[in-house]
Amino acid sequence: MREVAVIGVGMNRWGELWKKSHRQIWTEAAIEAIEDAGVDHVDAMYVGCMSGGLFVGQEHLGPLLAEQLGMGPIPGTRVESACASGGLAFRQAYLAVASGEHDIVIASGVEKMTDVDGGAATYALSTAADQEYECYQGITFPGLYAMMASVHMAKYGTTRKQLADVAVKNHYNGARNPLAQFQGEITADQVMSSVLVADPLRILDCSPITDGAAAVILVPLDYAKKMNADMVVRVAASAHATDAIALHDREDLAWLASTQVAAEKAYKQAGITSKDLSFCEVHDCFTIAEVMVSEALGLFDRGSGGPAASSGATALGGEIPINPSGGLKSKGHPVGATGVAQIREVMMQLRGKAGDRQVKNAHRALTQNMGGTGASTVVHIFERA
Amino acid sequence: MIGSARYWREIPQRYRYEAGKCTGCDKIFFPPRNVCSKCRGQEFETVTLAKNGEVEAFTIIRVAPSGFQDESPYAVGVIRLEDGVKVTAQITDCDLEKLAIGDQVSREFRLVQQDGESGILCYGYKFVPRG
Ligand SMILES: [Zn+2]
Repeated sequence: MREVAVIGVGMNRWGELWKKSHRQIWTEAAIEAIEDAGVDHVDAMYVGCMSGGLFVGQEHLGPLLAEQLGMGPIPGTRVESACASGGLAFRQAYLAVASGEHDIVIASGVEKMTDVDGGAATYALSTAADQEYECYQGITFPGLYAMMASVHMAKYGTTRKQLADVAVKNHYNGARNPLAQFQGEITADQVMSSVLVADPLRILDCSPITDGAAAVILVPLDYAKKMNADMVVRVAASAHATDAIALHDREDLAWLASTQVAAEKAYKQAGITSKDLSFCEVHDCFTIAEVMVSEALGLFDRGSGGPAASSGATALGGEIPINPSGGLKSKGHPVGATGVAQIREVMMQLRGKAGDRQVKNAHRALTQNMGGTGASTVVHIFERA
Repeated sequence: MIGSARYWREIPQRYRYEAGKCTGCDKIFFPPRNVCSKCRGQEFETVTLAKNGEVEAFTIIRVAPSGFQDESPYAVGVIRLEDGVKVTAQITDCDLEKLAIGDQVSREFRLVQQDGESGILCYGYKFVPRG
């Protein structure tokens, strides 16, 4: 296996992009990544997209998008693992370069969610859960995370205010990210008085519906060093794990086993522990998710993710900043694009180009991208080479 | 969208609560599956799910999906049954304000979705407070 580096990134301003089509959004991000990398072609394309079919009535995205680049009949592969589609697309691109099959590969993600109404979008997202034995009973996606929150609160004493503090912190960071969907700060009182969606989760505990895309370019590490890039970033680890798709099939509803397994594999590959990370970009689709992920990654002890979120430990300038980009909560969550956008944020931070949200002395970072209620997790670790 | 074939296929589970018990290790699966995740056995006998259980997790759905909008707010929980199987189901005929983890509940046969998009009335299991 060859060592792999990331050398270019692209992402557009996320939000409700009424004037742009699915393919336009994707192509903007892809071309920006190719130009940022300074390459004149790519050998293969991977794209994460959860549900082109339900959101825009379009499947067969591999060729559709690859052809937009005007680079001839290159292989184009669409990867799906619900909300982890982007992270998994990156992992497939990583494996393609590491194996020696391809030299210059674009890994990307896209979702165009606002062409359908809220009910249809909610339905599309719910297909990440068990249709016959969860959704049939009237549970929603926020409802599933709300049940995880109910157990976490009962078992560990996690409080409503601690969950709100996750949202407050991520909006603070997102207010400093010019590409984020929501760039306004919020208060804990606003979160705790916002509309109830599924007790105990309120609307400001939830990530939004977003149109957006992100792309990055991967090459062998040797190539990256020869290309005289201003900053070479090495992929230090790539790991993927799965779990039961239905929440009720898991022994402990307050624990993300797939994240724990993927993280442990990744730490081993990189030869580090969680203490060696400068910051993390994690899958905060709901505030409770960030709390549970921070525990499963080993950043905090089991059950102590809530107090940690309120202590400032995960804020910019804290001992382990989480989601300096604003996270899914504030940056937006175009599901297939999210995992790739996390990697784009890591690149901005490691290059020292993250502006007002820059993590000081950032040299090594982890991304965690999760599908459904945690049935799939993809973890990557990046470091300055 | 729940078509008729897709609905009828699940009737043994939704109407009769049929589960698969691994003959190798006695683990019960609901719905039944082809391979035991504990011992990889492939032989199962049909058993009926336990009727009683307790609330392991719950939420109150305020923003309901299509097919349920007339019902909200309503409670949904993960119920741990006496045979060790866990299922997701609505908890009904209860005081939403007093519902708590650990509550004892019992299964009943009820209308689940008032009217599927295909027009089928969809039945199945819900749980009610016990004792
Ligand atoms: Zn068995």
